Amino acid sequence: MPTKIEVKDVRKSFLGKEGPLRVVEGVSFSVGDGELVAIVGPSGCGKTTLMNLIAGFERPDRGSIRIDGAELMGSSPKGILISQHGSVFPWLTVRENLMFGLNGRTRSEKEALADHYAAMVGLTGFERSYPHELSGGMLKRAELARALVVKPEILYMDEPFSALDALMNLRMRGELLRILAEERHTVLLITHDVEEAIHIADRILVLTPRPAQVQAAFEVALPHPRKLTSPEVQELRVAILRELGVDR
Amino acid sequence: MVRWKRALPSLAVMALLIATWWALVVATHSVVFPTPWQVVTGTLELIRDGTLWQHIGASLFRVGAGFSLAVAVGVPLGLWMGWVRGAFTTLNPIFQILRPISPIAWIPIAILWFGVGNASPIYLIFISSVFPMVVQTTAGVHTIERRYLRAAENFGVSRSTLFRQVVIPAVLPQIIVGMRVGLGVAWLVVVAAEMIALRSGLGYLIIDSRNAGNRYDLVIAGMIIIGSIGLLLDGLMRLLEGLERVRWRYAH
Repeated sequence: MPTKIEVKDVRKSFLGKEGPLRVVEGVSFSVGDGELVAIVGPSGCGKTTLMNLIAGFERPDRGSIRIDGAELMGSSPKGILISQHGSVFPWLTVRENLMFGLNGRTRSEKEALADHYAAMVGLTGFERSYPHELSGGMLKRAELARALVVKPEILYMDEPFSALDALMNLRMRGELLRILAEERHTVLLITHDVEEAIHIADRILVLTPRPAQVQAAFEVALPHPRKLTSPEVQELRVAILRELGVDR
Repeated sequence: MVRWKRALPSLAVMALLIATWWALVVATHSVVFPTPWQVVTGTLELIRDGTLWQHIGASLFRVGAGFSLAVAVGVPLGLWMGWVRGAFTTLNPIFQILRPISPIAWIPIAILWFGVGNASPIYLIFISSVFPMVVQTTAGVHTIERRYLRAAENFGVSRSTLFRQVVIPAVLPQIIVGMRVGLGVAWLVVVAAEMIALRSGLGYLIIDSRNAGNRYDLVIAGMIIIGSIGLLLDGLMRLLEGLERVRWRYAH
């Protein structure tokens, strides 16, 4: 499996009231092409900052981030970020949102493509709806579809389903796995939900509290669909929670 | 039915006010201050000889011209100041000094520059309504949430797409608020501006009615008409807030 994302000794600090605040301190890892890697860590540990660095929205102070072997120069449609709070434009309809990132095609081609992806995430019939008319789950689907429609090689997902209720969260994981089986993407997922990570990831990295460092890595060598009640899953869960300092 | 019921208390208070006014005029045997009925007959008189429409038309024309000019200048200026940091830091202090100056204070300068024709009140309306629009639009650009700008950046769209599909629609609700405030101020100012030397407009009607024979019935008629038209104009701007494109901002 060729390496898609390579993060090497990345450091980032922000100017706080009492001097520099070290947020990310020497993080190194790599993600293979088509791999789904989940990063878990305590809240406030610098996960989102790490994601913003890798997605190209912020520059690291030191270290390097390479995508396909080339130094990252900023964000690009090659890797689309799905952020925690969502960024579906509320002033555009679902269809217009999906068409937003498409250039160099005729209007009808764009519409057809948008509607195809709306259908893929189960939003058929809502193409002309405005985001404020959708439920939280539908909004996430729209966001996912808007990312998928530009055919990004990488999906960066920052707590994508954490704002959803437990049932919808579970359903969205299933949807994501189904879509990823159809269209092969490399996925970097940030979550605080260990169970979610075990459910969908190929590999799980555990971060330390701030400043963030990679503390441990776990392969999830279980075939899909995974049964969350199986002893293997429970064992892994306990091991990861122990790394996070939660002994149970 | 329900709407009628909700309007009932306010209608009752209005009726009470009119009744008190009437009773006071009758009780004090005032010869100058009119009864409500005299105001109604005065208004009918103005309608019959056609001057009322001329005054309303003149005032609306001046507001229309000054306000349109203010929108045409204020909105692009606000967008520019909101988007370009340097433009904001350079121009904002100047606007902050000019903004608190009452439009009435501009009257001598307006007369000096534009004489006593239509240009003076149009200038006064422009100067009074352009600032709220610049301020609101600038604030609108500054408050665009970063997640939306990041998403736009992420998709690597052109500058023109960024402006057409993100910046302008994101600011549009604020622009409409600015327009509502601006039009309200414009309507306030037109009456004051027309009290100077023009020979038409609702402000002129009020001053002229007093000067030419203490016609206080017409003064009050003019005031009520100004209030009603102001309400109508505000209602018109409110319709803009119902547009599909901006409802996301007002919905919750």
